[in-house]
Amino acid sequence: MAQITLKTLAHSYSPNPAGPEDYAIREMSHVWHQGGAYALLGPSGCGKSTLLNIISGLLQPSDGEVIFDDLIVNDLPPEERNIAQVFQFPVIYDTMTVFDNLAFPLRNIRTPVDKIKQRVAEVADILDLTPLLKRKAKNLTADEKQKVSMGRGLVRDDVSAILFDEPLTVIDPQLKWKLRRKLKEIHEKFNITMIYVTHDQLEASTFADKIAVMYEGQVVQFGTPRELFEVPAHPFVGYFIGSPGMNILDIELTQAGARVNDVPLPLSHRFHTAMRRADSRNLKLGIRPEFVEVLSKASDDSCMVEVKNTQDLGTYRILSFQFAGLNLKARIDEDAIVSGDRIHVRFPEEHLNLYVDEFRVEVGDE
Amino acid sequence: MNKVHNNKAWFLILPMLLLVAFSAIIPLMTVVNYSVQDVFDSNTRFFTGTEWFETMLNNPTLQAALLRQFAFSFTILAIQVPLGIGIALLMPKRGWQASAVLILITLPLLIPWNVVGSIWQIFTRGDIGLMGVSLRELGYNYNITRSPVDAWFTIILMDVWHWTPLIALLCYSGLRSIPEAYYQAARIDRASKWAVFRYIQLPKLTNVLVIGILLRFMHSFMIYAEPFVLTGGGPGSSTTFLSQSLTTMAIGQQDLGPSAAFSLIYFLIILLVCWVFYTAIMNMQKDDQRGGV
Repeated sequence: MAQITLKTLAHSYSPNPAGPEDYAIREMSHVWHQGGAYALLGPSGCGKSTLLNIISGLLQPSDGEVIFDDLIVNDLPPEERNIAQVFQFPVIYDTMTVFDNLAFPLRNIRTPVDKIKQRVAEVADILDLTPLLKRKAKNLTADEKQKVSMGRGLVRDDVSAILFDEPLTVIDPQLKWKLRRKLKEIHEKFNITMIYVTHDQLEASTFADKIAVMYEGQVVQFGTPRELFEVPAHPFVGYFIGSPGMNILDIELTQAGARVNDVPLPLSHRFHTAMRRADSRNLKLGIRPEFVEVLSKASDDSCMVEVKNTQDLGTYRILSFQFAGLNLKARIDEDAIVSGDRIHVRFPEEHLNLYVDEFRVEVGDE
Repeated sequence: MNKVHNNKAWFLILPMLLLVAFSAIIPLMTVVNYSVQDVFDSNTRFFTGTEWFETMLNNPTLQAALLRQFAFSFTILAIQVPLGIGIALLMPKRGWQASAVLILITLPLLIPWNVVGSIWQIFTRGDIGLMGVSLRELGYNYNITRSPVDAWFTIILMDVWHWTPLIALLCYSGLRSIPEAYYQAARIDRASKWAVFRYIQLPKLTNVLVIGILLRFMHSFMIYAEPFVLTGGGPGSSTTFLSQSLTTMAIGQQDLGPSAAFSLIYFLIILLVCWVFYTAIMNMQKDDQRGGV
């Protein structure tokens, strides 16, 4: 049981990193609380597996510290860190039975036979592996094998955290859901810190209490699934989470007001103030398709857009339209009427996110 | 549904049958033909039945050669298999060192059999050979033409030098195919080096080892050119193996009937031992299924 702290941690695979682009993990500080269920979410190659391997000790970070409770574990090998890791592809010991597989980590630390029997029975029971205990691990199905890998992490009672590296990749879709439930159950029962790496937002949000979204070696947002959806702290979070992703508009601030590719965008005074104060040329506005309003007639804060197409997704439709040369999307009701090639849409300001230099800025009241 | 019975597709295996007939069945049948007859000249022959087989099985010279043959094959297997695995485990896994070691290790495999014999013949000579002279300088009276022990030792050393690389190469490729995650998981499970070898590496090597052991057994059981060049079967008949006895009989003495019978026995022994090896290794895997604490 432990709290995992990452202190000014960074990692580069090259011996002499020249700039930030040489870093697989850019400097970050984070605390993973004891007993939490966390997800590390991000696209392939964003550094999430690297971060996981640093925590488990398979990789030495080039800068910063990994701290378990109060102990700096940078120099401790994985076998001394009391963590368990479940890999993308199930790792089982082919020649052993399921029982021997589960007992293996205990035998390696010379646990008494009675204790082994008792622990293995407990874990097998939780993972529904009891009927398979005498079977040879080689002949199991992929999901059973993955459960055996998980079980090896659970049998040791000194485990402080379990790390999952995309553990459901090779599992059939209908079983994924079951295994995710199982994980959740185990988490509630054992009160172990769990860190779950995935590129699937659904997996992340059903498993984790808090999600760290990674992008280009950085954790760009660390929050609950709801926070990630409602207030994305980085345009990438808005784009990556939600389906379809957030609409992003590049803003140019002129004397006459905000413009998108030379097309004026009606914004209130407080947005203009916030953007002027930011004093940057990298300004972006983001709005989720769910919040874009389609109007029946023009109003003073609406924009005229060109309809491209609508896509029927059952209970709702996705309207694709073009505004100032940008392809944007709006989510509309299935019975909403969209007539003509040109319609009026409104971007409600309470749902507009302002990004200065790629990070979200709170827009003040005045 | 009307099922049409048409077995004409069987004709499609005819080309295959023809090929096998010429490559295996017909040559083998000529041997079978000789083994059951006593041929004097092109017009005179007698059917002998199993007589040649009985004679051969009771021939003390051949029995001794067979025993020597088994002793030789099992000795080199007992040395080459563990040694090959050991070398494969020690070989560097990446970088230019890996390629360099790979090439160095493969070199002996590229040398033709009788050249290997010649190399070792010169190498072990007491007057000019590096090994022969060195051992004599060290005070050991090394002489493969006089001492059967020296001859045996040298032949085994030669075979180990020539063929261990094959086992090492096979095992190396087997080891390379083990995903990194297995080693990582083993570290996290706190497995000892021995446990990693016993439960990860060795099981993954089983398939290549089956191939390696069978190949090495067949090869060594049929060994001919190397000892023939090195010792000529001597001193006495102490290093005369089966193939050499057979050649002497068939070519030297023109005893076609007995040597044909003997060839068939020889072939059946190899077949039998290979089958036993294969079954034994496959069963070993099955036995591991039994669990328990």
